[in-house]
Amino acid sequence: MESPQLHLEPSKSTNDLLLEVKGLKTYFHIGKGKIAKAVDNVSFAIKKGETVALVGESGSGKSITSLSIMRLIPSPPGEIVEGSISLEGRDLLTLSEDDMTKVRGNEIGMIFQEPMTSLDPVFTIGNQIVESLMKHQKMKKKEAYEKAVDLLKIVGFARAEKIIKEYPHQLSGGMRQRVMIAIAMSNNPKLLIADEPTTALDVTVQAQILNLMIDMKEQFGSSILLITHDMGVVAETADRVLVMYGGQIVEEAPVRDLFLKTKHPYTTALLRTIPNIDVDLKRLESIPGNVPPAHLFPKGCRFAARCTHAMTKCQEEMPQLIEFENNHKVRCHLYASEGGAIE
Amino acid sequence: MAYIIRRIILFVVTMAIVSFITFAVFQILPGDPIRTMLGTEADEVQVETLRKELGLDQPLYVQYFDWAKGLVTGDLGESIRFSMPVKELLMDRLPVTISLAVITLLIVIIVAIPLGIFVAKRQNKMSDVVFSSITQVGMAIPSFWLGMLLILYLGMNFSFFSISGYVPWTESIAGALGAILLPALTIAIPQIAVKFRYVRNAILEQLRLDYVRTIRSKGITEKFVMYKHVLRNSMIPILTIFGLITAEVVAGTIIVEQVFALPGIGQLLITSIGYRDFPLVQGIVMYITFAVVFINFLVDILYSVLDPRIRLN
Repeated sequence: MESPQLHLEPSKSTNDLLLEVKGLKTYFHIGKGKIAKAVDNVSFAIKKGETVALVGESGSGKSITSLSIMRLIPSPPGEIVEGSISLEGRDLLTLSEDDMTKVRGNEIGMIFQEPMTSLDPVFTIGNQIVESLMKHQKMKKKEAYEKAVDLLKIVGFARAEKIIKEYPHQLSGGMRQRVMIAIAMSNNPKLLIADEPTTALDVTVQAQILNLMIDMKEQFGSSILLITHDMGVVAETADRVLVMYGGQIVEEAPVRDLFLKTKHPYTTALLRTIPNIDVDLKRLESIPGNVPPAHLFPKGCRFAARCTHAMTKCQEEMPQLIEFENNHKVRCHLYASEGGAIE
Repeated sequence: MAYIIRRIILFVVTMAIVSFITFAVFQILPGDPIRTMLGTEADEVQVETLRKELGLDQPLYVQYFDWAKGLVTGDLGESIRFSMPVKELLMDRLPVTISLAVITLLIVIIVAIPLGIFVAKRQNKMSDVVFSSITQVGMAIPSFWLGMLLILYLGMNFSFFSISGYVPWTESIAGALGAILLPALTIAIPQIAVKFRYVRNAILEQLRLDYVRTIRSKGITEKFVMYKHVLRNSMIPILTIFGLITAEVVAGTIIVEQVFALPGIGQLLITSIGYRDFPLVQGIVMYITFAVVFINFLVDILYSVLDPRIRLN
């Protein structure tokens, strides 16, 4: 459609948006009427072909966000209470479970953190790849096995014909993660969600897996939502970064701006944890304290207790997301007088 | 293959140990079979003559090796009470007990596994309370009492069931079923009440594992997740339980055969203990242990079929 005057914000064309998460709230009922707000009003978007990193410490709500997109939140006790998750304009939260199975593994592929336990131990690698092909592409068994061999070759197995007959326990962690990537990419998904795909792997294998993901993304034209707590991985792979803390997004920026024009004190602290070879440190940097448990969030800023810049206002009032140039957003009272509030 | 060979060696060793213990136990047991046979009136000469005739004057190790050799060749000696080869007596009774055990096992499997799956899928506080009460009651029911209840309420009201005796399968299938079904239910009901919870727990444990999430993330429907992946993985712990059930079912037949007057091995065992018919009792004990050890051997072999991690190590 040729109607440029309809674009309210000319810089943001809506039809190159792949995924749009708006006001997502995923809560867990943890007994005795207590509610853990694991994901609390999270909004973000992923464009076609874009790699977005979602970073934060353990317990910040990254994995729950990704599982919410897949609608794989164990329920009970979990529940998506509010919000919308649109994939190319279609709200996934309104789909029936049956329709959702046509999205999972087909339009959205997913890789998990633990390659050692993420495959079914009693079925062959081949069986676990063709399962997805036969379901989504309605392939016959023979055809699906041929495709599986091709996929395994693409992810770097030279002896793919042999691998399809092997069982997960016969492969190393890195090999299993390659298999996971082959499964996730088998139906050319529009979005690949990778939940800490390299955390459990050897450093030497980590780079191989990341490069493989990037190759796959370029080959299939997919977008990637990469969940990680490794800022080094972020710097190498991401186009844009979302920083999560206590179930909220506290900073969002293009990757260069995040590293060079860091705004949120939490992001600054995260970046300082990357060991730097030029600086002679006696100890590795860490952020003192822990992420508060999701049922005990304070009413003010959730990072205030650990923040070196905390003011009285931070204890009392929840900061809003404020937007700066270049789509850089931050949730912090330090910037209250600058930028424009968007919530 | 190495796994199977190891299991076979283990099986043979176990049977050897069992045979030794079985033999030893009957040497320690009070009561002299010769005196039982001849009665209190017999004089010493008669007793010694018979002892010699039966080979019971030989040193123990000679007696043991004679007996063990007989076990391997299938010659279990002669019953003191019936003056018949033990083997023949066993062959006579075996079909009854085997039918009973097999039918019982089938009932337990057919009911406990689907019930376990059903309960696992509807896991919540209320159904947990209900089903754990059922388990408690099931564990507490004595089988002879349950047997009598079944006779009273089913056996007396439906002519299909016979409440005592046995009909060979070759004679009438309906008749054999009618004779076996109630005793089989008597053993099966308490077993089901306890074992379906093991099935439920095995399934719930699998559902928590990472690979289930992966399968769901591929878009596989819940039905396939459950019946293809979870059930197949749960079969490994479930199989262990069914190995144990077999031993309990065999033990159960002993009492239930009394209640239903089934002419099986169990009944034979009880009467021959009273009679100090040691060759017969030893033969039966060896048969029962053989059955149980053999089933467990089969379970071990089945593991390797179900679990590639065992097969290939």
